[in-house]
Amino acid sequence: MLSLALETRIGAVELDVTLDVADGACLALAGPSGAGKTSILRAVAGLLQPTRGRVTCSEQLWLDTAANVDLPPERRRCGYVFQDYALFGHLSAWRNVAYGLRHVPRRQRRAEAHALLARFGVEALADVRPATLSGGERQRVALARALAARPRALLLDEPLAALDARSAAAAASELAGVLRHVRVPALLVTHDFEEAALLGNEVAVLDGGRIVQRGSAAELAAAPASPFVADFTGAVVLRGTARRDAEGLTRVALEGGGEVVALSPAGGTVSVSIHPWEIALEPPDSPPSGSARNRIAVEVTSVTTLGNRVRVGLAAPQPLAAELTAASAARLGLAPGTRVIASWKAAATRVMPR
Amino acid sequence: MSGARGRGRGWFAALLAAALALALTFLTLPIAAVFVHSSPQDLLDSLGDASAREALRLSLVTTTIAIVVIVLVGTPAAYLLATRAFPGRALVVTLVELPLVLPPAVAGIGLLAALGPNGLLGGALDDAGIQLVLQTAGVVVALIFVAAPFYLRAAQAAFAAVDPRWSEASRTLGAGEARTFARIAAPAALPGLAAGLALAWGRALGEFGATLMFAGSFRGITQTAPLAIYADFATDFDGALALSAVLVAVSAALLLSTKLLARDALTRA
Repeated sequence: MLSLALETRIGAVELDVTLDVADGACLALAGPSGAGKTSILRAVAGLLQPTRGRVTCSEQLWLDTAANVDLPPERRRCGYVFQDYALFGHLSAWRNVAYGLRHVPRRQRRAEAHALLARFGVEALADVRPATLSGGERQRVALARALAARPRALLLDEPLAALDARSAAAAASELAGVLRHVRVPALLVTHDFEEAALLGNEVAVLDGGRIVQRGSAAELAAAPASPFVADFTGAVVLRGTARRDAEGLTRVALEGGGEVVALSPAGGTVSVSIHPWEIALEPPDSPPSGSARNRIAVEVTSVTTLGNRVRVGLAAPQPLAAELTAASAARLGLAPGTRVIASWKAAATRVMPR
Repeated sequence: MSGARGRGRGWFAALLAAALALALTFLTLPIAAVFVHSSPQDLLDSLGDASAREALRLSLVTTTIAIVVIVLVGTPAAYLLATRAFPGRALVVTLVELPLVLPPAVAGIGLLAALGPNGLLGGALDDAGIQLVLQTAGVVVALIFVAAPFYLRAAQAAFAAVDPRWSEASRTLGAGEARTFARIAAPAALPGLAAGLALAWGRALGEFGATLMFAGSFRGITQTAPLAIYADFATDFDGALALSAVLVAVSAALLLSTKLLARDALTRA
């Protein structure tokens, strides 16, 4: 368990954050640039001294400004994956990884480093310097290096930001796999909500140095605490398993039950995202009409007014959210407990491999 | 591309090329002249001359000692200046670089006033039994004084150019500050450090004014190669010229080998 409470000023931002992450869980800190996300990671790693704060990790006190405790980074040993990966340019890939292997006897370090690189599919690049590696390859070497040091917590700063769109998608599903097997608390920073939903068990939205809301990605999308969170979350994200049907459509069996239909081809474990404004609500007795292939009977759990629009939280095996005008919401008489049918087109359903 | 723009570029390129040609000619002509005047046989003959050999040996010994001291003290000092922010840092940087702009005569007088028999620390040095003035040790002190700023400046720039994330990554991977310096910062800055070393060594080999004033010009004790050239040129111009050629060759060889060694060390890692 990683627990932290921090207060400090970063430029114009007054950072004031309290959070904890369980062992094996990944909390995604999401927010716009300049919200103070990276500063939180740096304070956890011991690279930044906050004005006031307390950090503990698995019963070990790392920082307590009140008690004058401040462990240096080398004694906290966080696996830190920097945004630009910060691979040592004068060392080959395997020596980068071996640098974190000080607990391993010197003679075995090379073999151990090669094994770690192999785990990330880049063993062939062991003797290559970082300068000649692609973004995706650097990310893998950086992950291998961070895990080599047997970190007590894993910190990832925008792990996909330095990659182009195509390698980012592949790296994302790979990273999700890595995070599932890591037994220490992981804290991930991203400015992209879908990335946060994909990689984090939970998402905390940071704005102006404060956590404005924390919950599962679906909860955040369904019941945003503020217009800011509503805008930031954008899409509803559901998880499931995809298969191709006889019609050539992709059918995703959702975790917890239910099924959605999408056009884009996909298979295996996936994330499905739908923009709330693509989801239409109708009274429960209305007959199927129009071209929407996805129709689910749901119950309204929350109605949040955001200016001239309304975000409606919907109970389903995985929570959904719809966004409509205030006038439409009033006509449907929406209130918590109202039963409605949510429908959207297969074309509005995006599928991403996990 | 229109003809007008093409012509404009041609005109400017010609200007740049002419400026470089002029600079190159002016800067290499005296060096070339040294070698034109002394045949390889002259060089060998001049090395047969005991006083020239002695001056050359003294130059190599004193500059080597000076460079070792400069690197041992200057490297950590430059690392501190490059990586830590502290009040008065800009002032410290300026003070450390001040000897760069000091006229050699002022440097000599300053050293006498500070470390001479009647200088600020003269009494203390005397009590400790240390003699600098008119001694070989004095030559080393003068060399360190004039050459160290060259190394400090280059080393500071080299450390500042190392990505600070590398040091941070090293710390999170379990390495303390000393190990991070030895394994990450210093090797990454090595090309810059080597360039600074070559510059400082070159400056030390050519040192003349401060050495002459502080240590004097005694054959075998304080007469380094530049001082020997000065002492000889009125009476034995050809001999002085030959010694000059040897000094140029030694300086160039040092510069080249330092750079090659640094590049080798870097590609081996």
